[in-house]
Amino acid sequence: MRGVSGLARLLGAGHFVVTCEVGPPKGVNVDGLTEKAALLKSFVDAANVTDCQTAVVRLSSIAACVHLAAMGLEPVVQMTARDRNRIAVQSDLLGAYSLGIRNVLCLTGDHQKFGNHPGAKGVFDLDSVQMVEMVRRLGAPGEFQCGEPVCGEPPVFFVGAVENPCAEPLELRVRRLEKKIRAGARFVQTQCVYDLDRFRHFMGLVRARGLHEHAHILAGVTPLKSVRMARFMRDAVAGVYVPDEVVARIEAAADPAAEGVAMCVEQIAALREIEGVAGVHIMAVAWEAIVPEIVRRAGLYPRPADDEPKDRNR
Amino acid sequence: MIVVEAKSFAQVAAMTSDCRRLLVAACAGCTAVCGVGGERQAEELADALRLHARLRGKVLETEVRGVTRQCEPEFVAEFAPAMGRAEAVLTLGCGVGAQFLAERYPNVPVLPGVNTRFAGGLTAPGVWEERCRLCGDCVLHLTGGICPRTRCAKGIMNGPCGGAAGGFCEVGGGSPCAWLLIWERLERLGRAGVLDEIGPPPDWSDAQAGPRRSGKGGGAE
Repeated sequence: MRGVSGLARLLGAGHFVVTCEVGPPKGVNVDGLTEKAALLKSFVDAANVTDCQTAVVRLSSIAACVHLAAMGLEPVVQMTARDRNRIAVQSDLLGAYSLGIRNVLCLTGDHQKFGNHPGAKGVFDLDSVQMVEMVRRLGAPGEFQCGEPVCGEPPVFFVGAVENPCAEPLELRVRRLEKKIRAGARFVQTQCVYDLDRFRHFMGLVRARGLHEHAHILAGVTPLKSVRMARFMRDAVAGVYVPDEVVARIEAAADPAAEGVAMCVEQIAALREIEGVAGVHIMAVAWEAIVPEIVRRAGLYPRPADDEPKDRNR
Repeated sequence: MIVVEAKSFAQVAAMTSDCRRLLVAACAGCTAVCGVGGERQAEELADALRLHARLRGKVLETEVRGVTRQCEPEFVAEFAPAMGRAEAVLTLGCGVGAQFLAERYPNVPVLPGVNTRFAGGLTAPGVWEERCRLCGDCVLHLTGGICPRTRCAKGIMNGPCGGAAGGFCEVGGGSPCAWLLIWERLERLGRAGVLDEIGPPPDWSDAQAGPRRSGKGGGAE
């Protein structure tokens, strides 16, 4: 069961990486998933598979990651604390590792109230920081949360976390990010950035603490597809900050989707100039098909080759 | 204190519809303070249930009795004569009181007239808010005296999560983000450095091991 994360290797080699997000189906038919993988695989370095995002039941992230890996796409399994206690998280991650998955993104998770089973019991046995630490310890020194050793080869995951760079108070966000990194996060994907000035300020605080030297920070971007989406992201999505100018630009455009893509490409160009930003994470919610165009126009195509063999699974 | 809410009249009427002689058991403790379980409310509920039955061509006899606290055996014993006359008891005590009644009077059906909600305190006239989840593993010394397990919708120890907006919890209800409150308070106290430590995972081994017991004056046995 050898093999390390291809994502870790590319980041370690200093490449400006591109990741994207893939939502698994609300059922068992994976045709759509494999189509997405075929479309995306030469344009991104890894794809995160969401874990029942917004608390809506979907195909499991681990299963979807295995399908993506079979298509030649490097998967990042997302793991939320909402639905699993510490026993289930560790068990699921042993399973994921045994199936060849090497990247994990630890999240607290959206509250169950927003999903399609609002009456479900949220678990939240651990939070994301505690989960990061637990997953790091599974790999080194190779022990479970209770302190017992893992049998045999320890599962050394490339552990990721998230942070919201535009939420107040910024200083608290940075301190919390530092805590996640000290807990063991080696890459960080941010909530989507629309306000570049705020993000620059956030990165200044990150650099002041040297956090970018201990973890690879990938800035999140989400292309706006319509006026409705722009307003929705501004008004209704918790944790996302969309300035009025951004909404106004989409409103004024003859072709809002094209304007959204143009804006996203500009944002990526600006993000690349910020010291400490190691890549971008494109969250094209239900619009994965646009990712290749964004990557091309941002000058990020072709992607660097990952020379290591992909046959790490079995 | 224990905060309770009255069940809807329709629920209570349905629950008691087969009964001809009903004891309505009040409690002068927390539920009376909540304005739903005292003797006056018990009298009003009994009147309404009798009227409801009469309008349906039925006869319902009610008796109202109250005790200081239904959660103590010696007070529960005071119900004995009335229990002897009743077909069922509708209690306005909390869930603890209801279970103490059921234990002491095994032959009388116990019907809950209230929903037992949480341990809370008065935050505005007539408004109680949950302040303690009774987890048995108090962390208030780490969190500026503000309980994240209770007041954060996700009960997390290393917040705030990514969902807080404008200082409020994404889950709604107008609740301030507990972690912003914790941060502000620790800053004011000059103790914000506490937040740089990883808050520990909760220990549920006591809280989920069946009914908990505690000796007089503190610590569990």
